[in-house]
Amino acid sequence: MVFFAANHLTFTRNYPLINRQTGGCMMLTLRFDENKCLACETRDCLTKCQYLDMDVEEAALEIQNIIQGKDSRVLHECRTCYACEEYCPMGNHPFYLIVSRQEERNIPPLPEPIIQQGVQLGIPFRGEPEISEINGPVLNMGVFSQLSHLAQGKLFDGLTLISTDKRKMHHYFCNLMYLHFARISVINERVPDIIQTIAAHRPTEVVHFHDECYGTYNSYAQAFGIDVPFKSIHLFEHLYNRLVELKEEIRPLGYKVAYQRPCSSRLSPDKHLFVNKIFDLIGVEHVDREYVDENALCCGSTILSQRQKGSRKFCLDLQNKNITDMKKAGAQLCIFNCPACMQTIGKQVAESGIMPIWMSDLCRMAIGEKPA
Amino acid sequence: MDSIYAALMDIVGEDYVSNQTEELFTYSKDLGTSEPQWPDYVAAPKTVEQVSRIVKLANEQKLAVVPLGGGLSLAGLALPLRGGITLDLKRMDQILELNEQSRYIVVEAGISHGKVTAYLHKHAPRLMHSEPGAPAAATIGGNLAIHGQGDLAHPYGFNSDMINGLEVVLPTGEICRFGSCAIGNDWYTLHPLPDLQLFLGWSGCTGIITKVSLRLFPCKKFQEQDLFIVQDENLVPEIIYEMTHIGMAEDIMAISQEIPPPFNRLHCILVNISGDSKEELEFKRQLIFDGKLARYIEDGVGGIGAVGQKIERPQVSKTSDWRKGGGFEYVGSIVPVSYYPECYRRGSEISARHGIPYTVLGRVVGSSHGMMFSWTYAFNRADEETVRHAREALHETDRMVLELGGTLWKPAVFGQKLVMDRMDPNTLQMMKKVKHLLDPNGIMNPGNWEVA
Repeated sequence: MVFFAANHLTFTRNYPLINRQTGGCMMLTLRFDENKCLACETRDCLTKCQYLDMDVEEAALEIQNIIQGKDSRVLHECRTCYACEEYCPMGNHPFYLIVSRQEERNIPPLPEPIIQQGVQLGIPFRGEPEISEINGPVLNMGVFSQLSHLAQGKLFDGLTLISTDKRKMHHYFCNLMYLHFARISVINERVPDIIQTIAAHRPTEVVHFHDECYGTYNSYAQAFGIDVPFKSIHLFEHLYNRLVELKEEIRPLGYKVAYQRPCSSRLSPDKHLFVNKIFDLIGVEHVDREYVDENALCCGSTILSQRQKGSRKFCLDLQNKNITDMKKAGAQLCIFNCPACMQTIGKQVAESGIMPIWMSDLCRMAIGEKPA
Repeated sequence: MDSIYAALMDIVGEDYVSNQTEELFTYSKDLGTSEPQWPDYVAAPKTVEQVSRIVKLANEQKLAVVPLGGGLSLAGLALPLRGGITLDLKRMDQILELNEQSRYIVVEAGISHGKVTAYLHKHAPRLMHSEPGAPAAATIGGNLAIHGQGDLAHPYGFNSDMINGLEVVLPTGEICRFGSCAIGNDWYTLHPLPDLQLFLGWSGCTGIITKVSLRLFPCKKFQEQDLFIVQDENLVPEIIYEMTHIGMAEDIMAISQEIPPPFNRLHCILVNISGDSKEELEFKRQLIFDGKLARYIEDGVGGIGAVGQKIERPQVSKTSDWRKGGGFEYVGSIVPVSYYPECYRRGSEISARHGIPYTVLGRVVGSSHGMMFSWTYAFNRADEETVRHAREALHETDRMVLELGGTLWKPAVFGQKLVMDRMDPNTLQMMKKVKHLLDPNGIMNPGNWEVA
């Protein structure tokens, strides 16, 4: 259901939500304030976009079209990199709006079979998870239980791992990747159950290994008014705090590093600051390059399969541009936190002579531990 | 002492013959739904001469002889339906010659595909053979006896099309060679001598394959698996037609399975490509994805699921993991590629009727000249009711394949009878004559391909 308030002060998009356990129905509403867009002078959401070539004038028109539920080239050409959520100077939610509109107007960025496969990927099928009450801080690996081996050593002391069983990991899958699929409805249907599963462990706080999970339970949940009954901590904030506690053990690594920023990091730009704080603390040099921080480039994971003509070639060029930039800047290592980014370009990075490495491993090396 | 046992011991040595229950037990079963069938003896010869002597002994004693390779056919094809001697050929696993320039390798037929692959990796890394989608323990001889297909099915056809020569022990014990090796020359060709090939696809009913010259093919430096996904099964044949037109792939398979969920009601077309350079690989990707498949992507009906993945053979055996008890068996067929949609639909209906999550797979043989299509049914070995369901599903599928106009591949006895019931009477009589001519005492794997 889409409706506008009479004074056009607020736009909301409602999603019927059926609670699987109670059978009750509730509505999730995207909190998007059109007035903020009207007051915006820069239209950074679209003018800063690295994939749409758009001036302020056109951006103003297109954003209005999107708000009013009309067609827009943005809906067809969006590469779903999430960056407009960060670019927005008004604290609005342009990306969630774009994705909502893509779904409403049936403008999927990906071919239908890829969407279908992706949506089915998140279906739990091997029984219920075993819930134990922790009553302390926990580490949530989300759907990446197979990477649990990364979370070891002193940096993770005191954290109890949940979602350890890869057969049951889908019960912890934040589902936010469906933003790439124009399937807000799927996220909204599933996320409340996932939250219940995590909350059932009775954590005092939850460190999320993946940016995407952190973004889900902070940015996305807030934008849709979903109650999250636990405190979330970004992995980088946790790593930084632990490194500070272990400062005496840090031996500066001295590497020149590039960082592959994942799309979901755009949902928590305040936590992105911890990247440089960590690098400074462990004595690595974050190389000065073009595609860094706000200008970071997508790994291309989802772009590869998009419907737009020539997407595969576009993806290859993008990856090449990104890695060439790392190389030119003299990076010896490329730091990853997102498993999708690592899987997508890790091998190419390595073939270019730059060693791909997980952020957690880099931090462990700094305190004299062996990387996983 | 049992005189036959003593004779076998004299031929192969004490350590390689048994008539003990605990050892015969192992040979009484295969991995599918077949009921156990017990041999009276099991012998493991090392040489072709030993095989010949055992066969001669069996003729004298009118004892059945069942040749056994890896024992992975699932359809009970190497179970001793009439008792007798199970001949375990896995000790005959030597590599006799590698001719790199002429691209062939001569091996004993009991060698496993895995051992051949490992040998080539080490001694001729620029060459490969067509390994079937079976565990590495599957043997070369066993695979030929069932007309298997493998990694190179798209460019080169059946594995049994990729041979340069054979050595066979006939059911009466003579050792025969076929191809250039029959006139004392190297093992470089099967043709152009008169066609005497009466051993491939016979499941050991007309003789025991003991040596094989396998054709080898270029093994390129870089290999990868790409994935293209469609939801509409009707698109699969035309997509395969387009891909086989450009001929860039080494293997093309379409799979769909209910579990795990990402494969349910979707058709995942696996495309293996290779190149000696990154540029060659990218050239092939361009022809496939940016050329032939671009319109499906832009229309939103097909999409690139993955590019540049490590090559993995689809393991239908994993299907058995979705159900407790670890059992599975499949019906294989050779059908025109255009049958894919109907094969998928009918197969998933049969699965649903028997409460078994469906698993289907089609592998292109030749340039869309045919497709091996299989329907896999999982069961719990400890639950007779699920075994019964799987068995019934297999039989229904056998009948369905023939109704559709397909041909059963390596059928179990039930399927063999269905095939022979439909066979042209003259062809059937020809089969009978061949069998009788070669095996007058009917000792070779009796019960299989038995014309009434």
